[in-house]
Amino acid sequence: MGRKLLLEHINVPGINTLEVYRQKGGYRAVEKAIKTLTPDEIVEEVKKSGLRGRGGAGFPTGMKWSFLAKPEGVPRYLVCNADESEPGTFKDRYLMNYIPHALIEGMIVSSFALGANTSYIYVRGEMMPQIRILEKAIAEAKAAGFLGQNILGTGYNLELYVQPGGGAYICGEETALLESLEGKRGNPRIKPPFPAIAGLYGCPTVVNNVESIAAVVPIINDGGDEYAKIGIGRSTGTKLISASGNLVKPGVYEIELGLPVEEFIYSDEYCGGIANGKRLKATVAGGSSVPILPANLTLKYANGDPRLMSYESLSEGGFATGTMLGSGGFIAFDEDQCIVRNTWNFARFYHHESCGQCSPCREGTGWLEKVLHRLEYGHGKMSDIDLLVDVSKKIEGNTICPLGDAAAWPVASAIRHFRDEFEWHVKEPVKSLSSNYGLANYAVPIEKKVEEVKQDNL
Amino acid sequence: MSDLMKVTIDGITVEVAPGTSILNAARQIGGDIVPPAMCYYSKLEGSGGKCRTCIVKVSKGSEKDPRPMPKLVASCRTTVMDGMEVQNITSPEVLEARSGVVEILLINHPLDCPVCDQAGECDLQDLSYEHGLQKTRYEFERRTFERIDIGDKIQLHMNRCILCYRCVFVADQITNKRVHGILNRGDHSEISTYIQTAVDNDFSGNVIDVCPVGALTDKTFRFKNRVWFTKPVDAHRDCNHEKCNGKVTLWYKGADVLRVTARKDQFGEVEEFICNECRFEKKATADWTIEQPTHISDTSVISSNHYETFKPLPVIKENLALQQANKVELEKTSKF
Repeated sequence: MGRKLLLEHINVPGINTLEVYRQKGGYRAVEKAIKTLTPDEIVEEVKKSGLRGRGGAGFPTGMKWSFLAKPEGVPRYLVCNADESEPGTFKDRYLMNYIPHALIEGMIVSSFALGANTSYIYVRGEMMPQIRILEKAIAEAKAAGFLGQNILGTGYNLELYVQPGGGAYICGEETALLESLEGKRGNPRIKPPFPAIAGLYGCPTVVNNVESIAAVVPIINDGGDEYAKIGIGRSTGTKLISASGNLVKPGVYEIELGLPVEEFIYSDEYCGGIANGKRLKATVAGGSSVPILPANLTLKYANGDPRLMSYESLSEGGFATGTMLGSGGFIAFDEDQCIVRNTWNFARFYHHESCGQCSPCREGTGWLEKVLHRLEYGHGKMSDIDLLVDVSKKIEGNTICPLGDAAAWPVASAIRHFRDEFEWHVKEPVKSLSSNYGLANYAVPIEKKVEEVKQDNL
Repeated sequence: MSDLMKVTIDGITVEVAPGTSILNAARQIGGDIVPPAMCYYSKLEGSGGKCRTCIVKVSKGSEKDPRPMPKLVASCRTTVMDGMEVQNITSPEVLEARSGVVEILLINHPLDCPVCDQAGECDLQDLSYEHGLQKTRYEFERRTFERIDIGDKIQLHMNRCILCYRCVFVADQITNKRVHGILNRGDHSEISTYIQTAVDNDFSGNVIDVCPVGALTDKTFRFKNRVWFTKPVDAHRDCNHEKCNGKVTLWYKGADVLRVTARKDQFGEVEEFICNECRFEKKATADWTIEQPTHISDTSVISSNHYETFKPLPVIKENLALQQANKVELEKTSKF
């Protein structure tokens, strides 16, 4: 049984109220932090914990905090990024829905650590119920003296606001989020300057994911060193994984980083295997923007060692045979799923969500989608497959924000690993409309100690 | 120690002031190594970074931190560091990425150059001659919009737009009130005046000059002539407007002034913005004091049959030594 830090009391009735949350030890971190620790000590604890950003990029949170510029007389801001809209990721919504005080508590501690007197939670516009839950929780916390003027009699003031977004995926990019928060069109800014120097209203700003901020609470309660003991290597602590797709028990799971992927998929404690007795064909390990992997490479490295759920292990092998942990949106595909259709679906999403600011992403995402649509509906040509690879290469790395990369990677990786299936769609245009390519050799287990492992089209 | 920063672009070292962008450092060197820029405009604050045609490779970050930058960077928005080494046309990677950007810019462009007023002085046309493919790989219907009249002097032809945002910056920074902007998102975003409100401002005509393509055109010049048949002449007048100094280029066809634009430098940027009265109302030679023929680069199509053409005198045709001395010019004439 893995340790739970964030979801430990998730099933306690009424945990969404301040009263029950406090009975279960809530707001201990606020008291400890504000009364006994200095802001620098908190930053130091977070640094020691090795906590890495849970929003996707995995940048060390403590380091991000220490980069924050601290000029005299200029306010600093903490902004929580709750604009969770990546297909396959729904952990933040779950957290805010059931245990909102974990986020509020984390916000108070983090704001104190950063010296922010005004903090924002930018929530995706579609999550109206969660916005109401948060607002209710903030009102409760304020009434109990954890927010507002002179918190717990220490003289520290903090106002916390919930800001609904307009529902654009691009506003999850931190600078686009800040633009949107300022009331402008949600276009990503050109970096540098980074938000740590000039963020919200030109002031130093830290933008953190919901889960990162919530994870600060156990770090303060138990100490950074204790937190760092959980996990493996540079991937410390626990991570919420949103498991979806053809699984027996999809849902949000808190895992200790370093859990074998195989155990995560098949053990009864977690996803419980593939639904309806089918076999696993492919997985997207970290939300729609990370490369897709066939079943055999999901479970093992190219050399046959088991793959683990951690930042390093999932990206082992680079783009050739690896993927990324991303935001933890784990999607499983069984043998009946069509990879071409899925790739088209992802491309359609990115085409719809591109902000249109820089040209490769604006025009390229639409192009990818149209070509994939053609392939999926039986009008494709052999040359289309190479065209897709070429276009995705032209987008990748040439854009202002990572949305271009996120649009290019799923397409490039799907073709890298599932080229047979794309070719089959071209060769069998009629059949591909009514049936699927099936499992093929995508789940052939990789044997250990094989000199040259045969992979699909590398 | 001097405050200047040393930066090497394609092997040529130049010293520039701190805070200069790579693109501006390259412009100080000049010549072929200047990256093309479709959206950056030195006179407009905040412009750049969007079109990605000016991407370059930074092979050495700085003297202190010699690591190369992991990705290609937009040279218009990347400031130089001391000791930075940049590759532009010497890097095949950059040229390939740039041709990719050009291809992507062109997939939804109507390529209606034969009927476009901008043809001949269009940045996108120049760029695609230099970097583009002869044939498109895009086989889908291109996106189309209705033409919109913005006031009685300007027409917006959104099909041709590459969304460089320059005109938005002009409206923001030069005119008093911006009434147009970007609507929608992604590849269906468009420049529009909301409910097509006319852009009504003394300086609104400058959006025509900053537009790198033929999306914003001068309605008083529409379909009057091709630019390469007109003759540009620098001229000025006493303009009453306090922000306009009346220095313009007149474009003549015969004795008629067909259009008036601001003066442009070698990078296609206007030297100073002009007011609408100078641009649209003063179209008689009597309104202006003529200075001199405008200098046009001899590689431009506009100069193809005007000032820089060398007409060999009869004496040259008979004298071998003179022919030898004027070899370059003679070769050029034989091209036309």
